[in-house]
Amino acid sequence: MKEGESPIAVRGLTKSFPGVRAVDGLTFSVERGEIFGLVGPDGAGKTTTMRMLAGVLTPEAGEVRVAGCDLVKDPEGAKQRVSYMPQRFGLYEELTVDENIRFYARLFQVKGKACEERAARLLAGAGMSEFRGRLAGKLSGGMKQKLGLVCALIHTPEVILLDEPTNGVDPVSRREFWAILYSLLGEGVSILTTTSYLDEAERCHRIALLHEGRLLFCDTPAALKANFAGQVLSIVTGDPRPVASLLEGRPGVGSVMVVGDGLHVVVDDPARVAQLKNELAAAGVTASIEAVAPTVEDLFVEAVRRGKG
Amino acid sequence: MRAMLSRLRHMLVKEFIQVLRDKRTRFLLLGPPVIQMVVFGYAATLEIKHVPMAVLDYDQSQASRELVSRFEGSRYFDVRYRLTDRRQVADLIDRGEVTMAVEIDAGFARLLGKGETAHAQVIVDASNSNTALVGLGYLNEVAGSYAREYQLASLSRTAPLAAGGLPTIVLDKRPWYNTDMSSQWFFVPGVIGNLMLVIVMTLTAVSVVREREIGTLEQIMVTPIRRSEFILGKTIPFFLIGGLDATLISAVGTFWFKVPLRGSVWVLALGTVLFLLGALGIGLFISTVSATQQQAMVTSFFFIMPAIIFSGFGSPISSMPTFLQYLTLLNPMRYFQTVLRSVYLKGVGIDVLWPQMAGMAAIGIFMLSVSVLRFHKSLE
Ligand SMILES: Nc1ncnc2c1ncn2[C@@H]1O[C@H](COP(=O)(O)OP(=O)(O)OP(=O)(O)O)[C@@H](O)[C@H]1O
Ligand SMILES: [Mg+2]
Repeated sequence: MKEGESPIAVRGLTKSFPGVRAVDGLTFSVERGEIFGLVGPDGAGKTTTMRMLAGVLTPEAGEVRVAGCDLVKDPEGAKQRVSYMPQRFGLYEELTVDENIRFYARLFQVKGKACEERAARLLAGAGMSEFRGRLAGKLSGGMKQKLGLVCALIHTPEVILLDEPTNGVDPVSRREFWAILYSLLGEGVSILTTTSYLDEAERCHRIALLHEGRLLFCDTPAALKANFAGQVLSIVTGDPRPVASLLEGRPGVGSVMVVGDGLHVVVDDPARVAQLKNELAAAGVTASIEAVAPTVEDLFVEAVRRGKG
Repeated sequence: MRAMLSRLRHMLVKEFIQVLRDKRTRFLLLGPPVIQMVVFGYAATLEIKHVPMAVLDYDQSQASRELVSRFEGSRYFDVRYRLTDRRQVADLIDRGEVTMAVEIDAGFARLLGKGETAHAQVIVDASNSNTALVGLGYLNEVAGSYAREYQLASLSRTAPLAAGGLPTIVLDKRPWYNTDMSSQWFFVPGVIGNLMLVIVMTLTAVSVVREREIGTLEQIMVTPIRRSEFILGKTIPFFLIGGLDATLISAVGTFWFKVPLRGSVWVLALGTVLFLLGALGIGLFISTVSATQQQAMVTSFFFIMPAIIFSGFGSPISSMPTFLQYLTLLNPMRYFQTVLRSVYLKGVGIDVLWPQMAGMAAIGIFMLSVSVLRFHKSLE
């Protein structure tokens, strides 16, 4: 990899399947020591993007450079330096935890003391040290997922691609997951992860929203919130659902989202508060309305709505 | 090179753990083939014994009763019913109670006495044409020998001198290789081939697609493993298991069914190895083109059936339509059947069997290469 080159650099990446353009002209890059989050609704093209970066799917158009290697020309070239954890990680259920780790390690020529030490460290980080002799098929869903991460990381990669790694993992294990990822950043790796948990998106250095194969925006969570065009209102009321349908489509009202026992409503101008209060009062609804800072979720829901409109 | 061998070795370790860790799988690899060999060895036979038959004797003479008692005395027939009415025959045949019915016309003895042609009808259930054909043959033989003896007996009464000079042709049967003409000897080597095909094909047909289904294939693809290493890792275990099964079931054929192994064990082993290459290659090919294990199972089933039918296992290839005969040249099973029977019963060697060996080697190498080329480290 040349000095100053991004470990992951994608330009105009495109991929179609019969009847659907899964990825459409994607351009972004991920730097050393960065966790980059790719977020998007189901079918947005996240997995397809990840597979092309991992070299198991051939791009239709565009450039993909991973760990300094042009994957369009040489899909095998980066494999030793890249780690990819598919959305559904494949473990051999008839093999024990240790045997699974050893198998993946040996395919990467990782062996001896180096392998033992790394496995021990990763397993400890995942809280799985005492399960090393257990058959992978007998692990819980979350533990399988963590074992998948350990197997994927056993060869000390430079670039780590994780496709919804924490899907179905309990909150405690998710914290362990992220602790492992942050500890790897110290080794100078670059991490690209997809997630459907928006609180996880906030932990990424930068996030990008993918929708129908296109990148809607890409920046740090703080910058995205600061540049958000519009105002988020938090409405607390007894029964939020009828209120939501009441507000949808009103002038100046953007996305309306039920959050807990209240609503998040995006409006074009903070001055809309008075108008909404009047409308709710006219409908006989008692509610408190207050302007709040946008969450990542608000950004996405609003961006997807605008993307559709 | 060292890296390649090390990756292959760990592929193999993994495959063997997967196959051998589970006690039930371990049994399934060795138990059923041996059991099936025993069962098929007994069941697969062309010999027809105890064909159930009915007799309808309108003549009720000494001559007709004598003929019937010959049927009864033969081990080929079981005279189950003595009927009095022709209409009963159809019913018995429909219900499968009897396979044949012999109707002896009235006047049988009288015609016979005059030296004229005496008639008897045979009604046969030909829905199993083989049984019908063989049964008719036996029946003819019994009736023919009866007629001959009757003729001799009456001649020796009327013209004792002429009886000695009666011209006859006797075809002296000299069956080579299988002096008893035991069809078990013929079938047992064939069953070895069928079992090998079924075991090896079904195991390999699901091997790659199984990894695709459980998701490990996508994971394997992002490792530096080469596709030939992966395919070899998949092939070698089933090759060894196939070889072990072949040894076991051949031992059953030799020691249990006492089929003589007249040729060299090494020629048999070479033939088995070459055949296994072909079966593995075809199984792998199916596995690399299938999207699900179910697809792979169904596809291999549709291969196995014709592979056995068009191998000469049951009916000889020479009695098939010409274009099908050419098609069988692509069937590795065809060559293996020839090798099995020739080595077992004729005891011939490579000098005779080299074309079959070459055919199997060509098919095996071709299919294995196609599988490696067809398998890409890509999800498309
Ligand atoms: N192998 C394939 N063949 C045909 N269509 C495909 C294939 N893989 C993906 N697609 C289609 O491409 C689009 C993007 O799929 P992709 O799996 O990349 O989405 P995703 O963002 O990962 O979704 P999810 O959050 O559900 O995992 C979808 O419309 C999907 O149906
Ligand atoms: Mg996905």
